[in-house]
Amino acid sequence: MKTRVYVTLKGGVLDPQGKAIHHALDGLGFSGVNDVRAGKMIEIDHDDHVSDADLESMCKKLLANTVIENFRIERGA
Amino acid sequence: MKSAVIVFPGSNCDRDLAVAIRDVTGKAPVMLWHRETELPDGIGLIAVPGGFSYGDYLRSGAMAARSPVMRAVIDAARRGVPVLGVCNGFQILTEAGLLPGALMRNAGLNFICRNVALTVENSQSTFTARYEQGEKVYFPVAHHDGNYTADADVLDRLEGEGRVAFRYAEAVNGSSRGIAGILNDSGNVLGLMPHPERVIEAPHGSSDGHRLFEGLFEAVA
Repeated sequence: MKTRVYVTLKGGVLDPQGKAIHHALDGLGFSGVNDVRAGKMIEIDHDDHVSDADLESMCKKLLANTVIENFRIERGA
Repeated sequence: MKSAVIVFPGSNCDRDLAVAIRDVTGKAPVMLWHRETELPDGIGLIAVPGGFSYGDYLRSGAMAARSPVMRAVIDAARRGVPVLGVCNGFQILTEAGLLPGALMRNAGLNFICRNVALTVENSQSTFTARYEQGEKVYFPVAHHDGNYTADADVLDRLEGEGRVAFRYAEAVNGSSRGIAGILNDSGNVLGLMPHPERVIEAPHGSSDGHRLFEGLFEAVA
């Protein structure tokens, strides 16, 4: 079973990488881009018995730094 | 006094820290590999060095903070043993929960490697007793993720409790309120981005960092 974890910066946290990407998109001539935020996606291949609570615990203990980041878990089928 | 320098895969300031500690204490620290699970008995000082532990994978300091040796370091810190984290060491201490906040990518996105002016904001701590309050010192920085971030409540508390030890005296990396180094609530853990261990003798261009180790040794000896 594959679960995807999306880790993104919290709303109020400045994202210099997102800003740089935004700037580069502008430089390539794409118009209408209002904002860019960069994050990461982590794919976990795991056994069926790994619970939602286990996955949540993985996020809190390691995958996301909850001081500055939010996470979203998309449990695979 | 027994001291230890923690060594992770990718640490690169461990030997500089060891030289600074040996110079001041007259005794070489134990170099402890990240897989160790115990610290030497009667440990009086732990230093967590700069570098790129685990290649900065996931987040700077994230993997190192969960390594076996850090469980022992966290226990020792909670018992009151002084812990100094420099640069990546600071990032590791925040990731380990020993210091609040987080260190994010520098605001200008550049890796910054130069001498910077700092103000000593608290000269009463274990780590800063040999400096004057408000004194300006020069330490080099060499980091990509030195932009200190915490929510406003945490920042207010750090300021109110005298836990901002060093502040940048010039624009460096976008760090909240110019914070360069902070103490934990009991004052026995210091994390700072600039490198005092790289300026301990005149041929380094400055010996401003020497007094940090002198003061620390006097406090714990």
